[in-house]
Amino acid sequence: MSSPRLDAEEPSHELDAGPPSPASTSERRIGSLEILAGLLVLLVVFRDPLSDLVSGPALQTWTTVFVSVLVQAAPFLAFGVALSAVIAVFVPRSFWAKALPSHPALAVPTAGLAGVVLPGCECGSVPIAGSLIRRGVTPAAALAFLLAAPAINPIVLTATVIAFPGRPEMAVARGLASLVVAVLIGWLWLRLGKNEWIRLPHRPELDTLPKWQAFWAACRHDVLHAGGFLVIGAAAAATINVVVPEAWLTSLAANAVLSILVLAVLAVLLSICSEADAFVAASLSQFSLTSRLVFLVVGPMVDLKLISMQTGVFGRRFASRFAPATFVVAVLVGTAFGVVLL
Amino acid sequence: MNKLTQGVVLLLFGGAILRASVTDLYLRYVKEGLRPFLIATGLLLVTAAIMTLWYSFRETPSDEDDHGHEHHGPSVGWLLILPVLGLLLVAPPALGSYAANQAGSVVAEPVGGSDYPALPAGDPVELSLVDYASRALFDAGKSLGGREISLTGFITVAPDGSPMLARMVLSCCAADGRPIKIGLDGRTPIDVPADTWVQLTGVYTARTAKDPVNNVDVAYFDVRTWQEIPEPKQPYA
Repeated sequence: MSSPRLDAEEPSHELDAGPPSPASTSERRIGSLEILAGLLVLLVVFRDPLSDLVSGPALQTWTTVFVSVLVQAAPFLAFGVALSAVIAVFVPRSFWAKALPSHPALAVPTAGLAGVVLPGCECGSVPIAGSLIRRGVTPAAALAFLLAAPAINPIVLTATVIAFPGRPEMAVARGLASLVVAVLIGWLWLRLGKNEWIRLPHRPELDTLPKWQAFWAACRHDVLHAGGFLVIGAAAAATINVVVPEAWLTSLAANAVLSILVLAVLAVLLSICSEADAFVAASLSQFSLTSRLVFLVVGPMVDLKLISMQTGVFGRRFASRFAPATFVVAVLVGTAFGVVLL
Repeated sequence: MNKLTQGVVLLLFGGAILRASVTDLYLRYVKEGLRPFLIATGLLLVTAAIMTLWYSFRETPSDEDDHGHEHHGPSVGWLLILPVLGLLLVAPPALGSYAANQAGSVVAEPVGGSDYPALPAGDPVELSLVDYASRALFDAGKSLGGREISLTGFITVAPDGSPMLARMVLSCCAADGRPIKIGLDGRTPIDVPADTWVQLTGVYTARTAKDPVNNVDVAYFDVRTWQEIPEPKQPYA
């Protein structure tokens, strides 16, 4: 979306870290600020035609859902971004060496359990996990934290208890299954994962700038970066929400195996915040409890907006392996816990 | 995207959230309880924007050259203009009859055991749609006996063309909004377009039907009088 001129400049800056030639700065006539200003003027001028454009009921519902996903996620994004900036700037690297067991295989469950105390939904934990890896935490442990934190924190488990009145075992099964998936994926990463799959953006300013300036730089960068990918995810989720009529799903609920797969895929597509998904699962009453448990285990770990954000923060090579692996493990573990506990 | 532009985009995004949360606009999209967090988020974003602008104005050209390559922020950040556009210019309405027709009615679960508390005072007594449906379906209307009841919601048209009263129930945000629907008997509002907000008074009726979308029982309401009302401040149940 940025101007071709800016895009053309980026690689040259990446390649030679030296100062750019003075010519390139003085030559730039139309910068991004001018583009933004022009865009805003156009938007205000064409406000009415734009509003008319979204006046059809389906498009209007799409816009409402899109905006509401972003409004709902914004506080969690801001919290996650602020916390990850604190980790990136103020928490010394040595802290993590002391706080986590030095053996990676032990650090994984510890990091997974640490997710219990951190309230928040999945949008916040992606930048936090990125920050942890940047600060030298072993990726396997950071990934276990990434998966566990949104699924097993007290707010989410309380919401699950409320959503399934008289069935506290649902919350127990959800917490245990999610923790097991997080730890398994962490260990799987230790055995099979390659650290070069993770491509964290190069951020030298975090070490060179004064602390507070670095803090605000990190906040700015993460909001624009993770936030931008959140917008993509919200748009995808709103589309699914409007396009897939519920009546289609009902016809699939009768088959035990099919219903598990349908709800697992639905969890990925709907991308509902982990704090709300229990209520949605409760309302899908025509589906079996086991399939709804799978919905609750998969949702906070793999969904469209998470895949989009993970692609942005960790790189495409990472997301294309991590998301499918997590999906398969989450479906298997969720089903197993559902069969045993429910 | 240079630093200055990033600052302006952040300012717009934070400002849009702040504006939505200090007015009642946010109630169209999320629950009331999120308001303090939204205000805090807006303030954090606006502060981050101001600090960005401040540092980039204070920076001398030689500073810029030192770390020039981080001037181009993530291009994906441009997309944050979309929610700003949505909140400041379009401000889409709360979910209405289109969403209500697409999803199945919520199951009005019986509230803890079978004993329903007696209805509050008032004639007619005001009930939420969920409360009415729960008492009508799981208590066979016993606790509703003989009282005149007032319900508030918007009109939605069932597939067979008959009007129904509906309200969207949110558990978190509009993305998980699901309708509670009540069938209408008696002097039903005629010639009222879908999405019109109405206040109905009437009495319990034993009639029920199935929601065609998810086969859930839907309670009916025997309407005596009705009037159009403006959309309430809190459109969701």
